[in-house]
Amino acid sequence: MDLENQARIKDLNDKYGNEDLIVVLGGAEAEASGLAAETVATGDPTFAGPLAGVSLGLKAYHIFEFKDEVPADVYEEQISMMEMVLDVDEIVDEVKTYRK
Amino acid sequence: MNFPVIKGAAYALIQANGMLFYQGTTQTSERLKNSQSEHLQKLPEHLRSFDQAVSYPPNQAYIGNITPDDLKQIPQPWYENPVTGARDGKHGEIMPEDEFLGLMKIVDSFELVVLEESFQAGVKEKLQTHPVLNDIEDITKLDKTPGTSDELEQLVAEQSAQPLYFDGKLVGCVKRAHEFDEALSSEVMLGNIANKASAVLALKQMLAKTDLNPEDVDYIIECSEEACGDMNQRGGGNFAKAVGEMCGCINATGSDTRSFCAGPAHALVEAAALVQSGIFANVVVVGGGCTAKLGMNSRDHVKKEMPALEDMLGAFAVHISENDGINPVIRTDAIGRHRIGSGASPQAVMTAIVTDPLDKAGYKITDVDRYAPEMQNPEITKPAGAGDVPQANYKMISALAVKRGEIERTELLKAVDSFGMPGFAPTQGHIPSGVPFIGHARDMILKGKITRTMIIGKGSLFLGRLSNLFDGVSLLMEKNDGKVDTGFDQEAVRLMIADAMRDFAKAFRE
Repeated sequence: MDLENQARIKDLNDKYGNEDLIVVLGGAEAEASGLAAETVATGDPTFAGPLAGVSLGLKAYHIFEFKDEVPADVYEEQISMMEMVLDVDEIVDEVKTYRK
Repeated sequence: MNFPVIKGAAYALIQANGMLFYQGTTQTSERLKNSQSEHLQKLPEHLRSFDQAVSYPPNQAYIGNITPDDLKQIPQPWYENPVTGARDGKHGEIMPEDEFLGLMKIVDSFELVVLEESFQAGVKEKLQTHPVLNDIEDITKLDKTPGTSDELEQLVAEQSAQPLYFDGKLVGCVKRAHEFDEALSSEVMLGNIANKASAVLALKQMLAKTDLNPEDVDYIIECSEEACGDMNQRGGGNFAKAVGEMCGCINATGSDTRSFCAGPAHALVEAAALVQSGIFANVVVVGGGCTAKLGMNSRDHVKKEMPALEDMLGAFAVHISENDGINPVIRTDAIGRHRIGSGASPQAVMTAIVTDPLDKAGYKITDVDRYAPEMQNPEITKPAGAGDVPQANYKMISALAVKRGEIERTELLKAVDSFGMPGFAPTQGHIPSGVPFIGHARDMILKGKITRTMIIGKGSLFLGRLSNLFDGVSLLMEKNDGKVDTGFDQEAVRLMIADAMRDFAKAFRE
């Protein structure tokens, strides 16, 4: 996960706490999305960024999981093309494993 | 409309293992943290020989000896399936690092590159017989101011010069250009001189392989991702004129265009506009390679027991000229652009860059025979978790075709296969961005194998931390219909005069 994003999420977590904070991912691929979910949950597994050894316990969701929460026209305009292109099930399953 | 044409394209690759290890930023960052790290210990075992780099199928595709369609037929991993290749290619060449270090000294105008005496004499001998560089005037620099091994070691240890290694030996260095100006540090100067040298090689290749004379070049647009300047004007430029000077383009001026990886596509649009407007007849777009990106993903390649494939500096040159009725045209009436207000979602970006211009030209997605988006070699990006970039782009274009009702959902992958190609360019940022296909596309269009292609450049502007905007530009390159608008239609003028005379005569009768 991008080091700059790790720093941003750490700052937001410091400011708002982890109870009412979730992370919404837009990753195009299962492994990278899972890595991001893991980073915000238990810490940066690559030990490269500000979340190395920092367990924020944040829950991450992929935007595909919020299809019903997003206005249909916005989803159609912004996400539907990628939904057709990407392996949605694989990505969502991978991200879910880090919420258990 | 009298569209400008693409009259020629040339490409250069330089294998640069020494710079990968000592100047690639993945390695320099690692060295700062832990100079004895496991990655730095293991990396040398993963470096390829020059012969391996030459016979690597994507490299042969880049210099034009095999086509992207040929590459598609070669099983992956390509590094385990070498082809019989040559360093000289239909569209350019692959150069070994020792000769390139000699070329860096040749193009260095401020005596910053120092080469060890015997090494310098050796590379001079090689470059004197080089088919494209033997006539370069400044080759005489390789007779002058060599350094001894002791001097080189001292410059590196005490004067913060950047070391230049070949075959594990210190054979030279690049000195800093100012005592404390960071914009002129030895790291920056090495990157800029390597960029200039590789661009010179690509332009010299184009001048050798096409009928363009250096003195006929009017304008040069350089479009890499480096910045040249001092601390008071860090990106002042001008790489374009520096490159043209080395190639004998005495009548040209030029400037640099930047937009991360989309830079080349912007530069092509600008070149097309300069030609079509009649301001200049012959414009060259040129881009050199990037030392910082060498071995960028080598950590993953080493971990996955692969060769460190990012050992190539890439460069290219494209010649845009007035309509000759033969060469493929650039459809300047249908330039795709990601607007500031377009939005950053992949869908918004692809619509702005791909379907908006097609609508303008009256084409469907499937009317374009080949799309050339970011042509990164997937064998480099996949192990690093970045996926197959061209394939992802093709799937997005196909998905747009489904959404527009142009193809059925079940035909999505079939469409990908018909207008897609495997990526074959080194991960050098601006280098993969559409441009590597121009040489092949020109050949294919001239031979009648395809009618049109779309060249797509995309840039990640957020990397500069000034804007979160995305960027992208596209161009349609199309078969020339053979009609050249000379601006004077004799028949039309004759009819106009006849009408006027008739009216005149009629006025007399009334």
